[in-house]
Amino acid sequence: MALNTILITLLALLLFSFVIGRSRSIAVASKNKSGRRNLHSLPSYYGYMVVIWTVLPALIILALWTAFDAKLISSLTFSSLPAEVQEKGEDSLGLLLNEIKNLTASGQLDRIKDDPVKMAAAERYQSLRSISAMAKTVVVLGAAILGLIFGLRLVRPETRARNKVETVVKGLMILCASVAILTTLGIVMSVLFESILFFKSVSITEFLFGTHWSPQTAMREDQAGSSGSFGAVPLFVGTLLISLIALIIAVPLGLMSAIYLSEYASSRFRSIAKPTLEILAGIPTVVYGFFAALTVAPFIRNLGESIGLTVASESALAAGMVMGIMIIPFVSSLSDDVINAVPQSLRDGSFGMGATKSETIKQVVIPAALPGIIGGILLAASRAIGETMIVVMAAGLSANLTFNPLEAVTTVTVQIVGLLTGDQEFDSPKTLAAFALGLGLFLITLVLNVIALHVIRRYREQYD
Amino acid sequence: MSTTTQRVEAGLKKRYAKEKRFRRYGMISISISFLFLLLLLTDIVSKGLPAFQQSYVQIDVTIDSKTLGGITEDSTEDELFSARYSKVIRNALKEKFPDAKGRKQRRALNNLVSKSAAYQLRDEVIKNPKLIGTTASYWFLAKDDIDVFMKGNIDRNLPESDRRIKDFQLAWIDMLQAEGRLEKRFNTVLFTNSDSREAEQAGIRGALMGSLYTMLITMLLAFPIGVAAATYLEEFAPQNNKWVDIIEININNLAAVPSIVFGLLGLAVYINFFGVPRSTPLVGGLVLTLMTLPTIIIASRASIKAVPPSMREAALGLGASKVQTVFQHVLPMAMPGILTGTIIGMAQALGETAPLLMIGMIAFVSDIPQSIMDPSTVMPVQIYLWSDSPERAFTERTSAAIMVLLAFLISMNLVAILLRKRFEQRW
Repeated sequence: MALNTILITLLALLLFSFVIGRSRSIAVASKNKSGRRNLHSLPSYYGYMVVIWTVLPALIILALWTAFDAKLISSLTFSSLPAEVQEKGEDSLGLLLNEIKNLTASGQLDRIKDDPVKMAAAERYQSLRSISAMAKTVVVLGAAILGLIFGLRLVRPETRARNKVETVVKGLMILCASVAILTTLGIVMSVLFESILFFKSVSITEFLFGTHWSPQTAMREDQAGSSGSFGAVPLFVGTLLISLIALIIAVPLGLMSAIYLSEYASSRFRSIAKPTLEILAGIPTVVYGFFAALTVAPFIRNLGESIGLTVASESALAAGMVMGIMIIPFVSSLSDDVINAVPQSLRDGSFGMGATKSETIKQVVIPAALPGIIGGILLAASRAIGETMIVVMAAGLSANLTFNPLEAVTTVTVQIVGLLTGDQEFDSPKTLAAFALGLGLFLITLVLNVIALHVIRRYREQYD
Repeated sequence: MSTTTQRVEAGLKKRYAKEKRFRRYGMISISISFLFLLLLLTDIVSKGLPAFQQSYVQIDVTIDSKTLGGITEDSTEDELFSARYSKVIRNALKEKFPDAKGRKQRRALNNLVSKSAAYQLRDEVIKNPKLIGTTASYWFLAKDDIDVFMKGNIDRNLPESDRRIKDFQLAWIDMLQAEGRLEKRFNTVLFTNSDSREAEQAGIRGALMGSLYTMLITMLLAFPIGVAAATYLEEFAPQNNKWVDIIEININNLAAVPSIVFGLLGLAVYINFFGVPRSTPLVGGLVLTLMTLPTIIIASRASIKAVPPSMREAALGLGASKVQTVFQHVLPMAMPGILTGTIIGMAQALGETAPLLMIGMIAFVSDIPQSIMDPSTVMPVQIYLWSDSPERAFTERTSAAIMVLLAFLISMNLVAILLRKRFEQRW
């Protein structure tokens, strides 16, 4: 049976087990004189309890089976191959398996009927697959039915059905809450393992301190001029340059907007202006990228040419400017929050001493809110560093170690996208380099985030 | 008068001027931000609006049995399907403009109408085989160059060598226009077709369906998991527990992790480890789930926290268990806030591009996906793909696709705001 059919059958069993569990509890209870009151829990809890016994084990088995059967089948297929084919190494085995898979899926197996080894492997693969599918159906549905029977036997007036159901519900909630930890773990593991593989072929010092980045590795041993060098300094410098331009634009504009909105604006203006600013935050980054590449970059180039400057058509300035626009609402809403958290008494004290509003803001409110504002700016910086689409579309591709905002630079995210969107084998240093860059990106943003969140938290506690 | 007062009064004017200036800086900052927004939107709209119209050409076509390769009305459907309709179209064009001489002009002539003209004719003939042997006029999709010219994006006053449309083509276009055989209509192709290499045939249907399936997966997974996690952390988790603290810090951190890192996770874990098929809405949805979870959890927690303790105490006092209290009283009351957060999270996911590039949703897919296991692309990635194409006609379509995407995002956000306004309770 296909996965869909199994799931639909399970759904039907779920409804059935609820109804039967519930009615059975009523039936059991009414044998007694005091009737339903004799039950420990409400009848529906008995229904839920039977549902849990029916569906939960079956679903767990189904999930594990679906996750691992492809791997098991391929390794079993490999082990059935003659020894001389197995010795060819993993790459050719993977290719063979892919070919068999594709041919099976499209029903064109007679294309390889001349090759007895492949044909045997294909037959073995097919038979294993059908066995696995059948066994899966039998085991999963069997588990469901066994669970149903067992659950129904538990329906007795003295069974504490509600407590059992609530324990399971709590367990499921804990599981959901730990998804966050699993995600972080998954991120760390995936980038770390691939990075370790990468650092086996490229030394860490070269990666961290090398100033030359050209990830084109040779396809053949004897190919000239493309040995591949992985010095990541130009990428990090490029990222820094573009983020810096973005922050130079976003921080004053965002901060001043926040000050105006929270200290000067009438509540009506504020109620219109705040959501309007937030539209900027809701626009997808790919739209900003399009705007940067097709409108802002040519504009800046023409402007530069008209005053006699040579500006690259993919200048860091264009990408940085548009990225700055993107993070304005980010800076302004974070600063707005922290400025609003400054107690009114501080302002009143300053006004009482005869200070004007702007003097109060500059000399009392901002210094008081400074830790929070800095935290917000750090978060904005982390967002700018990790931003991808704007730079992919508007920044350059070739690594260029420069601080000149009019030249084209490339960033870490651009290179990750560039390295991973082509068709390459997965184990080449070129693709692995993307994970090493990902690790660097993750660590940098992690440090920024942790500091920022810590600072903001401390700041909040100060005035709470 | 004392000297202090004098000094204060002397400085007053300057201080008030400073005050005014400061206030003006704030105003200017907001105005600049609004200006950027306005600029962005007008730029997109002005580029994208023409894409909602498309040029069509009317030609008299003789569906000749011999040209088709000996097909008659009694032929089987297979034969009808593989007949040479493009030759029929070529002949019709040659008949209309017999003055086309030489290879270059002949090729330009055949490029007056889109390649889809032959398919259109094929479908007509299969529907009604009696058409074979008749002559009738049909409206065909014009080639993208013609369309670009029709929308006034090619200046006919430029020297011929700088123009994509040459003088002889101009003569044809003028003639067709004079006869009323070239006109612009509403662009239905944009909404019924999937991606194509030919600009005039490219549409967003495939990407829209891909986005729909991806969002469906994301919502089905992220909403229950997010609400359950938030409920646990807010209502059941033991206070001052080390694990709970770690989970909390984790969630706040994940909300700020660059989205592209989630793409790396999806590539390494889902595709390479678990073998989820590449490029499918399934793997896209799984990645976006992890990305939206922090948003949903943080919003849900805030909303649950806002429900006053008196509500819980009342339920507990009447004998409800803790779980009953939470599920039957607290969650329903917190639901508007939770839904608002979910919609905002979904809107973010709908606009997300970078992680999906990592998991192969960047592939060129010309079929409309039928299920969550079919290779597909999504709206933002489609926008990215089109924006890379140098043809003018694709630029226009990119902006049109952006307009459609923004329309979806804005309506989602509006729903969220309305929901908040309508159901938000002040305790």
